[in-house]
Amino acid sequence: MAEAAPLVARLTGVGLRYGEVTALERVDLELPGGVMVGLIGPDGVGKSSLLALVAGARKAQTGRIEVFGGDLRDRRFRDKVQPRIAYMPQGLGRNLYQTLSVEENVDFFGRLFGQDRAERSARIDELLAATGLAPFRERSAAKLSGGMKQKLGLCCALIHDPDLLILDEPTTGVDPLSRRQFWALIAGLRARRPGMSVLVATAYMEEAERFDWLVAMDAGRIVGTGTAAALKTHTGGATLEEAFIRLLPEERRREHHVLVIPPRVDEGDGWAIEAEGLTERFGDFTAVDHVSFSIARGEIFGFLGPNGCGKTTTMKMLTGLLPPKEGRALLFGREVKAGNLETRKQVGYMSQAFSLYGELTVAQNLDLHARLFHLPPQRVGPRCAELSASFGLGPYADMPAAGLPLGIRQRLSLAVAVVHEPKLLILDEPTSGVDPIARDHFWALLVKLSREQGVTIFISTHFMNEAEHCDRVALMDEGRVLASGTPAELRAVKGAASLEEAFIAYLEEAGQASRAEAASTTPVAPAATAAATGKAPESAGFSLARMLSISHREALELLRDPIRLAVALMGSVVLMFVLGFGVSMDVENLRFAALDRDQSPESRAYIDNIAGSRYFVHHPAIRDQAELDRRMNNGELAVAIEIPPNYGRDLRLGRHPEIGVWVDGAMPFRGETARGYLRGMHSEYIVALATEATGTAPELMPTEIALRYRYNQDFRSIYAMVPAMLPLLLIFIPAIMTALGVVREKELGSITNFYVTPLGRLEFLLGKQLPYVAVAMLSFFILILQAVFIFEVPIKGSLAVLTLGTLLYVTTTTSIGLLMSTFTRTQIAALFGTAILTMLPTVQFSGLTTPVDSLQGPAYWIGQFFPASYYLVLCRGVFTKALVFSDLTVQFAALAAFIPALTAISVALLSKQEK
Amino acid sequence: MGNSSLANIYRLGVKELRSLWADKALLVLIVWAFTGAIYSAAKGVSQELRNAPVAVVDEDRSPLSQRLIGALTPPHFKPPRLIEFKDMDRVMDHGQVTFAIVIPANFQRDLAAGHRPAIQLNIDATQMAQSFIGAGYIQSIFAGELNEYLTGRREGSEPPIQLATRVRFNPNLISYWFGGVMEVINLVNMITIILVGAAFIREREHGTLEHLLVMPLTPVQIMVAKIWANGLAVLLCTTFALLVVVQGVLGVTITGSIPLFLCGSAVYLFSAGSIGIFLGTIARSMPQFGLLFILTIIPLQMLSGGVTPRESMPQIIQDIMLAAPTTYFVRLAQAILYRGAGFEVVWRDFVGIAVIGAVFFALALARFRRSLTLTQI
Repeated sequence: MAEAAPLVARLTGVGLRYGEVTALERVDLELPGGVMVGLIGPDGVGKSSLLALVAGARKAQTGRIEVFGGDLRDRRFRDKVQPRIAYMPQGLGRNLYQTLSVEENVDFFGRLFGQDRAERSARIDELLAATGLAPFRERSAAKLSGGMKQKLGLCCALIHDPDLLILDEPTTGVDPLSRRQFWALIAGLRARRPGMSVLVATAYMEEAERFDWLVAMDAGRIVGTGTAAALKTHTGGATLEEAFIRLLPEERRREHHVLVIPPRVDEGDGWAIEAEGLTERFGDFTAVDHVSFSIARGEIFGFLGPNGCGKTTTMKMLTGLLPPKEGRALLFGREVKAGNLETRKQVGYMSQAFSLYGELTVAQNLDLHARLFHLPPQRVGPRCAELSASFGLGPYADMPAAGLPLGIRQRLSLAVAVVHEPKLLILDEPTSGVDPIARDHFWALLVKLSREQGVTIFISTHFMNEAEHCDRVALMDEGRVLASGTPAELRAVKGAASLEEAFIAYLEEAGQASRAEAASTTPVAPAATAAATGKAPESAGFSLARMLSISHREALELLRDPIRLAVALMGSVVLMFVLGFGVSMDVENLRFAALDRDQSPESRAYIDNIAGSRYFVHHPAIRDQAELDRRMNNGELAVAIEIPPNYGRDLRLGRHPEIGVWVDGAMPFRGETARGYLRGMHSEYIVALATEATGTAPELMPTEIALRYRYNQDFRSIYAMVPAMLPLLLIFIPAIMTALGVVREKELGSITNFYVTPLGRLEFLLGKQLPYVAVAMLSFFILILQAVFIFEVPIKGSLAVLTLGTLLYVTTTTSIGLLMSTFTRTQIAALFGTAILTMLPTVQFSGLTTPVDSLQGPAYWIGQFFPASYYLVLCRGVFTKALVFSDLTVQFAALAAFIPALTAISVALLSKQEK
Repeated sequence: MGNSSLANIYRLGVKELRSLWADKALLVLIVWAFTGAIYSAAKGVSQELRNAPVAVVDEDRSPLSQRLIGALTPPHFKPPRLIEFKDMDRVMDHGQVTFAIVIPANFQRDLAAGHRPAIQLNIDATQMAQSFIGAGYIQSIFAGELNEYLTGRREGSEPPIQLATRVRFNPNLISYWFGGVMEVINLVNMITIILVGAAFIREREHGTLEHLLVMPLTPVQIMVAKIWANGLAVLLCTTFALLVVVQGVLGVTITGSIPLFLCGSAVYLFSAGSIGIFLGTIARSMPQFGLLFILTIIPLQMLSGGVTPRESMPQIIQDIMLAAPTTYFVRLAQAILYRGAGFEVVWRDFVGIAVIGAVFFALALARFRRSLTLTQI
């Protein structure tokens, strides 16, 4: 097999550690090319790590990895070799874009590899036809079943004709029928391109049996290599599974026992689950269609069926997570209600997707659930220790759950589901991705629970050997139960030798299989066109086409989420209204009251003068000092005036009486302005008094000071505020939109595509930025229309200059969001970071209320290095001062300088490989 | 609520705190927010007149004009820039100065001759806050200088009515007394809504919320746990910020009772947390939540009376903002911290915050289960 073929990869002394745990320990391995290589081994032995290293997705800590004859540590070489490698990570559809359609997903990868429209369209047609996905072109990836997702992932991986295809547990969680189709597809592809090497990790030994060459791994080491036959002869095992077990070290082997299931004794003590005509619809799609079945207490009941046939939905209805549209479900004779806590205590549920807290450690997860189920405090410790031992979680106790291999996470989920020793277990594909030894181990536990403690187990699975372990099974397809009975009965009805055959026979009868099988056996055309055009010219440098492919995809995702787009555009308009009208630096309607100790015509005249002003609102008079204190303390009065006794008399006698004024200084700006108003009005009043008395106005000032308010003669806030709103709105919304750009891919897993494709860091970042710059510009034009036509604030300068400045500004603000996104690891941190780093400086330090030059200390420097400061001058300049381009060169230069600076930091923070 | 319910709320809350602790980038940002951000916002921004940039066109070049220019001193004004008349428009257009003063030729001679030569004061009215107050300062400084020059007394002739203005609660109108505390409020608002709301969405996106709902837990317990845990973290930060940063480093005199204010904050945290979860039940994904958050937080911060006085806003905005708990919280904070108000004065604000919080809590609860089916990744 490996004889003449050149090596595809060579690993020398490769080691990898995650914190305390060693994933790979000095691995030396040579992988033959042109063949199908299988990686087998229990969970958490480093299979996935090894594949990620060979794919270049992860960085080796020690040792040397050569792929196609070059060293992967060399970035230049990696860029060059990456188009020849395709990598499909673990987990159903983890590297797909869920909101995009089937076709758009494949199309994106085509664009990424620089294929032109004609080539892409030919390849997409070919691949979709080959995988049987053609009828579902328009369906979004999120709505595909698990098997279909894996096929789509394969299409995405194959679009650029890779020479090395790396598949990490591609058929985990996929039903037998889809699995068969999947491997037929791979075989077809290999027949077409015999030079292609395939590297697969799998937990299915019967699959591994068919591979050309195998690598058996355990605990970060290679324990054996060779063909399946060679491994079997070498170890003397009859089956590959046995051979594998024999390869394991002595102590691991002892853990394994052949599973024996004692027959169930029917005690006839009633039903644990009764489902009567359960129906669930999502829109016009019927997911579950009048499903009825009953499960006896203590029974192990298996639920089989293709991906997407309604098994999960049925289980969710039984747990009360989904209220059924029709029919009813009874647990232990009581109807399932969403709010019923008592039944929940008797049920342990494990959902298909990992749903524990990734940021908590294994031990913390166990402890939390034990306590949430109210185990007596003295039981919590022993119970967790017990589960930790029986599920083999001990070594992982202090590791965060998120970083664990799939198989270990599944075990943890199981341990959590049984922590409270429930009477009923509802397990949705609990053993997907779990290795054979652990699976047997787990079944031994289930059997013990069922036979010794009378626990009822309702389990869905894709492993037919597991279905054989069940007392009874039900077979579901397209929302209906096709058949139900003991495994032997089902086999007998179809006259099949194995349950798998019976299963497929049932499905074919129902019509589903024939349809899908026909599609998948469409001959894989040798596609001369595709092969002829071959690889797109690989440029190691910046590629506009790749950048645009990212933009295109990001734009599509944005368009798929019209709510987000609408909120972004309309939200700006709403905010502009609210803030334009609401934020006013005018100080008006100050509440004042007077303590008039004189009660003379003169004192009343003074008070009326103030009351008549538009700045003040007159409140009922104050009676005494205590009341004055009280009403100022509770904030009712902003200003209090005290007129002394005999004021009128003193004024007439020229004794210069003194009026006392109290100003609330809690809000300094308001206090300062109020004091200014009072002084001004006081002076005017004196002038008026004197004029009245003498007929000529006295001169209070020895000279005139002529005030000329420029740019905003009538001192209306709105002329100042509306231009100032643009910097605000065009930073908050664009920055928050890009803030999740990178970190969301990190959290959801599609970042892998960036790691393993020739995509450059700059291409990736700029590509992501572009659609948001476009949205921000659109938003800008809407805001301008609003300012000019609704607020009637004219643009005195040139719209072109403002537009150019805005383009620079929104590019900067979207860069800020992206920078936060590359810096943080979680979406929450990215959101918070962007909010805190944009809001405070924009509102406080950019000159909105106080000019930047008047700021002090750190605020001054933040203001100097913040784009909004420059854009604010630009906006106000063009709007109110009719400034032209040559007046604003400093602002333009500063804004332009931010872009490369921010982008450079983002590029530096963004890692091209997982560390 | 039985013992077991309280135990659940406690357990789930502890889990929440552990998740928070695990996110180091977030912790760094929170620490910066409650120290650096508050300090720089409080110290840096003066709403009173500080370092106002002034330019003077001195066409007189007399001892008197020199004296007037010399009277514009720090901290209110930056040292004036002397410019030519022809440059004045350019300097103002570029926003380099807020005020440009023109002292005409022969000013001193004309004044001595008993004419009333006019000084021109150009003000950039787009600088709303500084321009009005600054113009007043310049007028009164010049009046004082000229009076002293002419009569030897700054006050000029004694006016028929004297005016004694006294400022309460912050006698010197130091703006960082105000800015520091308002920044604390802004942060409390922002952090609470993000932490609680985003934590809710994250649980939905990762499927853990569904997992919780098949356990003997109620949505109320899950919500309360999220609010208390994140609220506690924020409350600790607030206490630290108030005692150490605002009182200690900034040296602000807080007249009122800090414990009473912290009680108010605790009630407010419930309210803001409820708004956070409510937004979380509306948004289908984290990106949508981000936008909703911005749409909510900006009005809350800008219009609740913490940036500009409420009474200057149009009546309709004032009325709408009565539905926001922040309005009551800002009022409560000002009353307690500056005016030393007791519970008997601010109890209405406590009630307002709690009632609005309860309404949002109820709305979030009503949408809780429905929102599970909305999750969109």
